[in-house]
Order: sequence, then C-alpha cells, then structure tokens
Amino acid sequence: MNFSVIPISYYLVLSAVLFGLGLLAFVFKRNIITIFMAIELMLNAVNLAFVAFARAHNQLDGLVFVFFVIVVAACEAAVGLAIVISVYVNRQTLNIERINLLKF
Amino acid sequence: MEFFNGKPALALLVVSLVKIAVLLFVLMTALAYLTWFERKVVAHIQSRWGPYYVGAHGLLQPLADGVKFLFKEDVTPPTADKFVYILAPFMALALALTAIALIPFGPPTLTLLGQPIFVVANVSISLVFLFAITSIGVYGVALAGWSSNSKYPLLGGVRSSAQMISYEVSMTLSVVGVLLLARSFGFNEIIANQAGSIINWHVFTLNGFPQIIGFLCYMTAAVAETNRVPFDLPEAETELVAGFHTEYSAFKFAMFFMAEYANMITVSCLATILFFGGWLSPFPDSWTWQNYLPAAGLLLIAAYCAYDVVVYMKGIARLQLSVVTLLAAVGGIVCLIPAVHPYIIGVFWFVAKLFVFMFFYVIVRGTLPRFRYDQLMSFGWKFLLPVSLANLVVTAFFIILRRG
Amino acid sequence: MIPFILFFLLAFVAVGAAVALIVAREPIHSALSLILVMISLAVLYLLLGAEFISAVQIIVYAGAIMVLFVFVIMLLNAGVEERTDFSKLAKWVGPILAFFMIVELGVWLSRSAIGRVVATGSPESYTPASTVGLSRMIFQQYLLPFEATSILILIAIIGALVLAKKGE
Repeated sequence: MNFSVIPISYYLVLSAVLFGLGLLAFVFKRNIITIFMAIELMLNAVNLAFVAFARAHNQLDGLVFVFFVIVVAACEAAVGLAIVISVYVNRQTLNIERINLLKF
Repeated sequence: MEFFNGKPALALLVVSLVKIAVLLFVLMTALAYLTWFERKVVAHIQSRWGPYYVGAHGLLQPLADGVKFLFKEDVTPPTADKFVYILAPFMALALALTAIALIPFGPPTLTLLGQPIFVVANVSISLVFLFAITSIGVYGVALAGWSSNSKYPLLGGVRSSAQMISYEVSMTLSVVGVLLLARSFGFNEIIANQAGSIINWHVFTLNGFPQIIGFLCYMTAAVAETNRVPFDLPEAETELVAGFHTEYSAFKFAMFFMAEYANMITVSCLATILFFGGWLSPFPDSWTWQNYLPAAGLLLIAAYCAYDVVVYMKGIARLQLSVVTLLAAVGGIVCLIPAVHPYIIGVFWFVAKLFVFMFFYVIVRGTLPRFRYDQLMSFGWKFLLPVSLANLVVTAFFIILRRG
Repeated sequence: MIPFILFFLLAFVAVGAAVALIVAREPIHSALSLILVMISLAVLYLLLGAEFISAVQIIVYAGAIMVLFVFVIMLLNAGVEERTDFSKLAKWVGPILAFFMIVELGVWLSRSAIGRVVATGSPESYTPASTVGLSRMIFQQYLLPFEATSILILIAIIGALVLAKKGE
C-alpha cells in the first residue's frame, strides 16, 4: 500500500477546514472551557499542516516543531485551566459574557 | 494459497481476521478462567475453598457468572447522561482488548501467507503505541464516574483516574531503561535483544545495567495503573460503595470487570516482553530436551486429573473432569510430535511467564491491605517517580561505560 | 485506492467531530468530540509517516491534556451552555458566508505560486520518519528550544500550583 499517492494539498485543505471550524467555535461559544477547546482544535490543525509539509519536503524539522507545539500546548492548557478554575471560584459562572468587568 | 499470490492486501486482511477471531476467543476464555483462578487462590490463602460446587473444582463457575450477567436486569439511573453512560464501559473494554493486539506471543518468523501468525499487529513502534492505548484508557473510568450523576461514583471516578495518570508517568519512565538497552521501540527487536538464555534477559543482563529496579518500579506502577489491591481504594467495597461502577449493573458491569482483567493481562504481557524475554526460553537453545516441556506439562495435568477422577470425584463431576483429562492427554500427545515444537514452544514459555505474573497479582490481592488515597498519591509522585528517574540515569551511565 | 478511502474516512470523522464540538450543548460532549478529532489526526499522522509524533499526540494531547479538560469540566460541573441571544440573521448567514470565503481562499491559494508547488508534487517515497533522526535533531540542532521548553514546563507547573492554591 503506497501512501504517497495522496497529494499533500489534501492534508492542507483538511487542516484549513479544521482551523476554520475551530475559529467558528471560538467565536460562537459562550463557555470558557469550550472556547479553550476550540483553541486546542486550532493548534491541532496547525500541527497537521506542519506534519504534511515535513512529508512534502522530506525533512524532519516539521516534526520537531510539532513536538514543541504539543509541549507548549500542554503548558498553556495547564495554566489556562488553573485560571479558569480561579475565575469560577470568584464569579461562580463560566459564561464569558458575564465575566466582563476588568475591576471587580 | 496461490489465490493470494498477487494480492498482499487481501492476504493481510484474511490472515488478520483469522488471528483476531482466534485471539478474541482465547482471550475471553482466559479472562473468564482468570476470575476462577483468582477466587480459588484467594480462597486458599484465606483457608477456605473457592468455588467447588458448580463444576468439578468449580470449573464451570465462570460460565454460571456469565449467564448471570447476561440475564440480570439492566438498570440505568434516570438522570444519567445516556450517551456517556453507555460509552464508558464500551470504551474501557475496547481499549483493553485493542492493546492485546500488539503483543507477540511467539517468534515473528513463523508466517502464514506472508503474515506472522503470533502477532496481530506487527508494527515497529509497538511499545509507545501500547502506552498510547493505556493512556486513553483513563477515560473509561473518568467518564463512568461522571456520567452516573451520583456522589460516590463521581468521587471514585475522579480519584481512580487521578491515580491512573499519576502512575502512568512512573510506568513510562521505568521502561526507558529497557529502551536504552534495546535501542528500538518494536517488541520484536526488544525480544531479539534478549536472545540467549536467562542471563541475557533485560532484568538480569550484564551487558548494560540489570533492570531489576526498573522492573520493580514498573510492576508497582502497573498494579496501581490497573487499580488492583493494594491500590484499589477507588473501587473498594468498604470505602466507596463500589467506586466508579456503582451505578452499573449486569452486562456493563461485566464489561468493566473484563476490562480490568484484560488490563492486568496487558501489563503482565508488557512486563514479560520488556524484562523477561517474552517468548524466549530461559534455557540456552542448545538444550534440546526443553522442547518436550509443554508435552510433559500437559501430560502431568492429565495425570493429576485422572487421579482426581478415580479417587475423589463423585457423580457428574467425574464426567466433567474426565473430559478435561481427555483434552489434556490429547494435547500432550500432540505436543510430543517434533513437527509441532517450533509452533508450541514460544507460546508455552510466554504463557508460563504470564501465569507467574497472574499468580503474583492474585497473591498480592490476597495478602496486602490497601493504601489510603493520600498515601497512594504521595507514594506515586514522591517515591516512585524519583526512583524511575534515578534508574534511567544510572542505566544510561552504565551503558555509556560499557559500550563506549 | 485504499489510501484514499482511509484518508477520506479519517477526514470525514475529523470534520464531523469538529462540527459536533460546535453543535454540542454540553461541554463534556464537546470534550469527547475533541478527543475524537485528536485520535483521527493521530491516524492521519501515521498516513503521513510520522509514527512517533502520532504516538506522542495520543499520549500527550488525547491522554493527558484532554484528561485535564475532562477533570475541570467534571469538577466545575459545567452544565448546559446558556444560549445568549444574538441576531438570528448572523446565525444563519454567517456560516454560509464563511464557507464561501474559505472556498474562495482555497481556490486562490491553489492557483498561487506556493500552491502550485505544494499541490502538484507527491513525495517520492514513503519511508517512515525515523525516531532516531528526530531525537538527534531535538538534542543536537534544536537543543536550545528544548531546554527553553523544559524551563517553560517548570514555570507552568509553578504557575498552576500558585493559581490553584486557595487564597491565604
């Protein structure tokens, strides 16, 4: 089974579609955690584009970048969710339209 | 067989389906009889007999349990999230069974239609893929606890999944020493690195650093990962009703049960492959008498069962046990044929080592008290993780020393 | 033929799960859909020959980060999303316009210079990316980002601990 018959542009289109869907979710949803998940979806779409390009140019640099993106996304998710928990403890709501005061 | 000559994809598909069917059948039977084995051994540790009434020596007890689980009423809590509630046990069982597809039970050189017959999925990154599958297995427990919409399952589910992800780190790190020795992720290469005899196994090897500490760390983390005693607080009967599977009844509960035992088998298979040489035999290959060991074992079982039939059993148990005797005798005689030896010997040693690990699991269940939850978490993070890291550093140091 | 079937199946599952993430009413269903997206992306990485990265994606992303998300959703008991009212016109016309914009962008990109380079070439050979080469690159060429990432992880751990402590 020769997997290189699939042109790279297919993967890039899929990455673009997933990124767009993540963007839609980021704009339309109201729950902070769901917005966070939309960010992770966008990061995943970008990862797919990186791996596709790494295969297209036959270099490993794209994969190294994917590795680092995954690690940074992990750190960001940890700190971000800690912030979300603090916000919930203070405001008792997860709806971003209610968390609109810069100074309490 | 010439039908498959030009069609490697079709040959792969057909052989894989046959292998999957055989493996599923053998695995389900093994899971059922593992429950029987556990009940018998724990009972004998506690100075009583286990099941002995349902069949000869209680051998039909798993069948009775299976029938019970099938016919029990399936109660669903009305406020539970339906989709997640049904998904959780399926996920747990499916992942536990998928992990066993990666395990090689015998040498990969024995092939049928170009596909190795003792591995269902012969990939070059088996080890890290197995860890990937066990890390998704956490969801089965967490979602089961949450979707039951009740206090005790939620608490049990959260505690259990926190325990699983904590010990997963130590489990993965304690295996890296083996990776440094074998320099590959694939199971076939790791086993080939241990070829020779018992002194070449990774746990005893002098070509590098013997991975004894790695093995002990791995075994402790594996017992914690599979939620077994002494780490089974999240599903203990006395503390948390029944933990995350309180609200499950009948077949879904049976699925969680089977998933737990399948996880036990998976981590024991992994320990066998990584540390104890997999399907290799402990004796050097030049000792050809070891090829008759499977036959000897089976004929010994047949002899013991025959003795039982004649002396002890009464009534229908005589009939059941004589069937077992007949099967064991036929198996033993078949294993005496030298043409069968290359096919049998790998599986025999693998299953023998697996049996030792299962025995260890069950004896530990029968003897040790359980950890308190905070003791459990501090043990995982403050003791096991530094020890795994230290093992890694020391192994790397000794490898560079010996191999230059 | 089989690679195309696999690719389209996986792409369909990924896009379907992403749509389910948008449409779901409960955050836990969104989280499960995101896990499905990540797993299908991991299989797509396998199709692209990046074996180690696909395993890392499942272990780290689907097996650790999403567990964190599921924990937070379970602990905060995030219930059904409230529907705040925004204009119904935007709800129906928006996605349609977005779809047209994406199609227009896609067509324009595929006819541009960079698009022509990427879209016409298929890679020569399918050799899986070697883990040894990848690790050599991480520890020799990209050693500085690696060390910086480890400091970042330390900072993230400290930050999460400080944020999660109850106020004194």
